[in-house]
Amino acid sequence: MRPTFSIILFTVLSGAGYGLLFLLGLSLTAGTPTEIFVVRGVGGSSIALDPRFGLGVALATGFLLTSCGLLASLTHLGQPWRAWRAFSQWRSSWLSREGIASLVTYVPMAAIAILLFALPDAHLGLRLCGAALALGCIATVFCTARIYASLQTIRAWHTRYTAANYLMLGLFSGALSFTAVHVATLANGGLWVSAHAVALVAVLLGPACALLKRAYWRCIDALPTLSAGHATGLDLLGEVRSFEQPHTEENYLTHEMGFVLARKHSRRLRAIAFWLLLLAPIVVLPLTGWIGLPIALLLCMSGIFVERWLFFAEAKHAVMAYYGR
Amino acid sequence: MTTLPPASPKKLGLVIDLDTCVGCHACAVACKEWNEGGDFGPLLDQDPYGKEPSGVWFNRVHSYAVEQDATQGASRELTVHFPRSCLHCETPACVTVCPTGASYKRAEDGIVLVDADKCIGCQLCSWACPYGAREFSMERGTMQKCTLCVDRIYNETLDEEDRQPACVMACPTRARHFGDLGDENSAISKLVAERDGYALMPEYGYQPVNRYLPPRPRRDGCGTSTDPASIRGGESGQNEILDRDKLPGVLRWLDRALSR
Repeated sequence: MRPTFSIILFTVLSGAGYGLLFLLGLSLTAGTPTEIFVVRGVGGSSIALDPRFGLGVALATGFLLTSCGLLASLTHLGQPWRAWRAFSQWRSSWLSREGIASLVTYVPMAAIAILLFALPDAHLGLRLCGAALALGCIATVFCTARIYASLQTIRAWHTRYTAANYLMLGLFSGALSFTAVHVATLANGGLWVSAHAVALVAVLLGPACALLKRAYWRCIDALPTLSAGHATGLDLLGEVRSFEQPHTEENYLTHEMGFVLARKHSRRLRAIAFWLLLLAPIVVLPLTGWIGLPIALLLCMSGIFVERWLFFAEAKHAVMAYYGR
Repeated sequence: MTTLPPASPKKLGLVIDLDTCVGCHACAVACKEWNEGGDFGPLLDQDPYGKEPSGVWFNRVHSYAVEQDATQGASRELTVHFPRSCLHCETPACVTVCPTGASYKRAEDGIVLVDADKCIGCQLCSWACPYGAREFSMERGTMQKCTLCVDRIYNETLDEEDRQPACVMACPTRARHFGDLGDENSAISKLVAERDGYALMPEYGYQPVNRYLPPRPRRDGCGTSTDPASIRGGESGQNEILDRDKLPGVLRWLDRALSR
């Protein structure tokens, strides 16, 4: 399948955004300290910090990541101004369900922003909204994964790994982003959970994601290929070979579904994705401490970008069997 | 509504005779011509008179060589031309994946259509179809597909004998037949029964309505049925051919860098 930049950008950015918001939702569910705390700065000076600042920045970062991702996905459409129509067919379509889930998730996001800054004492409200946000994030990423996993025609996507991959990689990049926001806003102590704890989650998720991808690649390598004989039903008569294509130039199908580049170089690209996912957190963070966090985040996002590019580009569509490709 | 309507007794579709098809592409051209001006047109092209023309066609004619097992004597090849178009499936995934309701199956006769005014051009339906029936119009930003010439078959301004799909009318060898495959007593249902007509890739479970009639065995025995050997190879990409010159600049660089 042709790896469309807008869709890759959408799944990578929104994955990180929903991962971050999921962790934020969870931490809000566990409780929100609202007391002003004091951080000792350089040279003995002390700064009074409002914990809502860190939470607000995390919320805004999640909002920006998911919204940019969703906007990027609109550019894939042939008629983006009609995108609102996609909310109607939730009974049968995972794409429609994803659209609704992403829209609904904005409700707890907005509620948390209002509660944090207008009604900071509404602890129960914040807990409930945090839980709703966490659920909305899982639902949206799950629907995204199901769009691909439900397509029988693309065997590399129609596996049980697809949903796990999307959820795990979203959580991994979200955890690293959450740690980065946490450290950058000096929210340590302001949130119920320390930056070390979230960083530890990220460190554990990196290798887990890398191993999951390895298992996925093993799974898709074992898939049998469809032949022209099978697709045409002519295999009962003998060995079928396509000797003339229906058209001399590329058409929509061969352009969209006849992408070969990734499978040609899959070994190298898989190794790049694997090592980036594996090394980003477990080598960079312990070696460099918080200073290395941006580097770890960059490596992690690059790894996921390569992984996602491969997810699309390596997959083969059934229709190519008719072309003997 | 992209949820499927209850199964209708009427199942309009095509039967394509692979024995008599000569691969002349008249069906594809007649289809393009009718639909260019029909209710679901136009079928726009990109670079139509240029070096690399491409555009939407509802019908594509493949040509295959079927090699008979060499163990049965000298190797013999059978040429089979294979027109490929929408099969108007009974339970099509292209309809259920549509997020907007643009893609729908008609309850009254089972024809699968796209409402171009509702289509957002997400292209998910073309991904869901294993038969390559749908083509995206870059010019219109919406998906297009075979309509079974719904604007001909019920068109009362046409003579009764002309109320058939354009591809069927155009076929010089009468390799294409149109009718109700839901009615056991219809002429085309009888033809399917008589000639062992088959559905393409039934394992997907989309229940195609269209049927293909297999080539008859030749006098020298070529074309007689053997054991299927359908699934082989792996998706490794090692045996595929990539034309680097056709890639856009960035990917050409990527291919060169990775090939080192």
